[in-house]
This record gives sequence, C-alpha cells and structure tokens, in this order.
Amino acid sequence: MAGRIVRVASGQGFWGDWQEAPKLQVRSGDIDYLMLDYLAEITMSILQKQRVKNPAAGYARDFVPLMLDLAPELVEGGVRVVTNAGGVNPAACRDALVAGLADVATARPLRIAIVTGDDLMERLGDLLDAGHELRNMETGAPLSDIRERVYSANAYIGMEPILEALERGADIIVTGRSTDTALTYGPLVHEFGWALDDWDRIAAGVVAGHINECGAQAAGGNTLFDWEGVDLEVPGYPIIEATADGTFVVTKHPGLGGRVTWSSVTEQLVYEMGDPADYITPDCVADFGTVRVADLGGDRVRVSGVTGGPRTDLLKVSIAYHDGFKATGSLTYAGPDALAKARRADEVLRARLDRAGWAFDEVRTEFVGAGACLGLEPGPSAADLPEVGLRVGVRAPDRAPVEAFTREIAPLILAGPPSVTGFAGGRPRVQEVMAYWPALIDRTAVESELRVEVSDA
Amino acid sequence: MKVPLSRVAFARSGDKGDTANVGVIALVPEAYEHLVSQVTPERVKAHFAGVCRGDVERFELPNLSALNFLLHESLGGGGTVSLMLDAQGKTFGAGILALEVEVPEAVVAVCDRVVAGEIPGRPPGEE
Repeated sequence: MAGRIVRVASGQGFWGDWQEAPKLQVRSGDIDYLMLDYLAEITMSILQKQRVKNPAAGYARDFVPLMLDLAPELVEGGVRVVTNAGGVNPAACRDALVAGLADVATARPLRIAIVTGDDLMERLGDLLDAGHELRNMETGAPLSDIRERVYSANAYIGMEPILEALERGADIIVTGRSTDTALTYGPLVHEFGWALDDWDRIAAGVVAGHINECGAQAAGGNTLFDWEGVDLEVPGYPIIEATADGTFVVTKHPGLGGRVTWSSVTEQLVYEMGDPADYITPDCVADFGTVRVADLGGDRVRVSGVTGGPRTDLLKVSIAYHDGFKATGSLTYAGPDALAKARRADEVLRARLDRAGWAFDEVRTEFVGAGACLGLEPGPSAADLPEVGLRVGVRAPDRAPVEAFTREIAPLILAGPPSVTGFAGGRPRVQEVMAYWPALIDRTAVESELRVEVSDA
Repeated sequence: MKVPLSRVAFARSGDKGDTANVGVIALVPEAYEHLVSQVTPERVKAHFAGVCRGDVERFELPNLSALNFLLHESLGGGGTVSLMLDAQGKTFGAGILALEVEVPEAVVAVCDRVVAGEIPGRPPGEE
C-alpha cells in the first residue's frame, strides 16, 4: 500500500459499551488514535439531568477511570484520544481527569483539551430573541411552543475545534456534542493535511467515521450475516487504516474475536442511513452511493471511491424537552392458553384503570413471544405458546395517572388470570419522557462561541 | 422460485427519531436486481403493517447491492416517547427477511452456497 498509514481505532460505540474494548485496542497492537463515542440523541438529556442535580456531573463518568488506567500506555505508544465524553459538561470531565492523573505516573505530562460552545442551553433566550426560531425539522413548529419545557440543547459541531486541539498538541481531546463521525475524520484531516474544502477526502473520512462510530457493529457484533460463525466473547473493535488519498482499510487487531468482512462493513454502512446521497455532516455532505467495498480477506476490507459535496451553512441542533411521564410493566403467563391469559389480564388492567377514571395519551399492550417486536397479529400457532410476556406501557402528561398504573400491575398476580409469574423487579418505575426536537441553526451563531482550552496534567 | 428474502439477502436496521431505517443487502450482486424489482416500498409497508403508520421511502445503492428503506412513523413516537418494546427498530432488519420474493433458481442456488459457507458472499465489483 502506498504512503503513510494512520490508524484510528474505535473503542466505544455508546455510553455503556464494553469497557474492555478500548483497553484491548491500545494493548493488542499499534494504533495512532483511539476514538470513543459516548453520545446518542437521548444521552444528552440524561447527562443534563445529572448536571442539574450536581454541577460537577453531566459527562460520561466511565471515561475518567478508563483514561487513568490507560494513561501511561497512551504516552508510551503515542496514542491520542478523541472523544465526546464531555457530554454537557466537558470542563467537569477535564477537572476529574486532571485530578485523577495527579496520582498516575506517566513518562511526561498529558496535554488535555476540551471543546466548549456546542451547549446552547444558556444562550437559548438570546438566540430566540435574535430571530433563530429553531423550528422542528419534522413538524415545522417553532421552539417557542415548548420553550419552558426544554431540558437540553446542543449543536452538532464538526472537526475544526478538534483540528485546533490536535495542532496545539493535545493527547486527549474531550468534546461535547461533536458529531460522532468527526471523532474519526478530525484526526485524518489533521494527519494528512487535507484542505477543509477537499470534499471527497473529508467525505471518505465521514464514511470511515460512520463505520467506527458504533463500535463492534462493523466488526461482527450485532451482525446478521452468518452470526453463528463469529467469535464474540472477546471481540476486536474496528480500526480504520487510512492513507492520504482518502482510501482506507477497515480491520481489527489479530488475535481478538469479531470479524471484519465486506458483509459486516456493509451492514454498518446502511445502519441508521437516511438518503444515502445526502449524508449531511457539519463538514461536508457525503454520498454513500459512491462507496466501494472490497474484501481483501484476513479481516481486511478496503473502502474507496467516496465522493462528497460542500458543507451547508446550517448546523443541526439536538433539543430535548420534557413531555410528560411513562411507565412500562411486565408479567409472564404460562400455558396452556398463555396468550389468552395474558389477553385477559390486559383487559382486567385496562378496566380497573378506566373504573378509577385515569386517562392516558397512550396505552400500549404487547405480547412478548407472540410477535411484539414487529407488531404482528398472533397467528393460530400462538395458542400453543408455552409462555407469553404481557408488556403494557402508558404515557400521560401528568405523573398521577402513570403512578396509578404502576400500582395496578402487582394486584394482577392474585386478582387476575392464573399461571402468572415474572414479577421480581417490583413496581414499575415512573419515567420522565424526554422528547426529541431536531432543529437547524445558522452555523455562525454557534461557531463564534466555540472554544478550545488546553491544559497539562 | 418463491423464497424468503433471507435466502438471498441480509439486513440491518436502526432509528432516527420516529423513523426506522432498514438496509437490505444482496448476498451476491446477481441477486440485487431481484431485490429492486420485488422488494418495493408498497410491499415493505404491508409487511410492517403492525408498526408502520407512515410512508415507506426506498433508496437504491447499486454500489453496495443494497436497498435502504425509511419507514416513517413506525417507532411509536421514537426515542424515550415510545412505549414500544423495540422503540429503535433494532429487530426490523431480521423481520424484513421473512418477506417472500421471486428469484430465479440459479441465483438462489448461488446464495445457498454462500449461506452454507461453500463460497463467500460478494459486494459488487468482485468476481
């Protein structure tokens, strides 16, 4: 292969992913960068909730002990870390990291950068006053409709602050709502010196980022094709080996489980895809209709041919707002006539809630084992099922009816149909519903506030 | 011959708000044209009638021998609003493979050999 290779390894695909994976990425072979993606749409509102309770919280806590464990090896191996673990509080994440690193011996101090300015929560009033309506991309409604219920608001930001942090020598870069893919293509643009308007190469980096951002999913995890043939006990997560021309090989460390084939990579390419020709990121619009995939064998898949177009003037904003309460309760009914018993229990439950006068926005009943995942109407064979899970969920604007629902599940055990079990977890928990409000904003309104802070620890 | 989609393709699904995406990938490039002619948005909408309340959009990716379907209004409101067991459409990929398609016997025979592990599956552009 011609030219220098830069290796960007994926270590986390979401907050709660396997903690061993990033350690294996650092310890099982050579890599240049470790990218750790912690954020999903709902993660920001969960982190915001934590921050409201505790001003020193609001970031992915797992990240700090992970870095303390790996710090000496990061210095030794020259591995730089790019992550959005900062959530809604990158500064607190940095402070915890600096405090912890004080007790860790490393060959030299680690340079830590944080990126701030994506969090629009404090500025929301000013932005609305300045004429940014933040209309819902799906419904067209202006944000003012739900303004008082907004819980978190973050702009998806691109690579530029990451590039600045890398130029300033950062070993660990902690961002807030950086777009997942930028954690991979930021390092590539930095290493190869690609122009910021070299749309095809940046688009290639976006495709690499899309493959990396879901952890094991590109390397045999949650992979449907020949799933029985994949060793998943100690899977190797994906590694991008990129070259300056924008082509790259997806691979994993030898000696670990998992599997990288054209099929595992193609499954990941189509994951969470919208219009493939219009894959919008803060830094370019990538065309997934141009991606070419070739299986080189030996857990190596070559990706080439990617083209892209200019970035847009807008950034996406992810807004979470409070939208009532919900709860879900489950019971298991055994056969004979498991489904019929579960159905009867559902009728009884609904009748009791009606009788008490409770009203809900939605009551949803599912019969687990009898087609719940796809909403299938149970066929005649469902009558013979050895057991069926009854799963009922309710949602309402106020807490009271949902609370009442949670008290009506347990009584079904003695005062409902027979052959019931599976009530070990206690009363269902009432959950606050955080609804998602996607919007667009003029990028200059966000970019003027983006900051990179660098400190040594 | 009539076969379930699982004989000639594999799939992965995910979510974006209240929209589920289902990507369907042909096991070998020669099966792709049959996916294009058989797996129409109308049939996918009917197949997912139990969950899909909105339109189904389809995008073709001949470069990957793949089709991408967007099933709108299919996740009970999506995110944390949804009361569905599968609020993120994670299982829809496996679910679509039960759809029946009409594919020439010779193409099914090649795909069967792929599934049996006798020959590898292939993306477009590989012999």
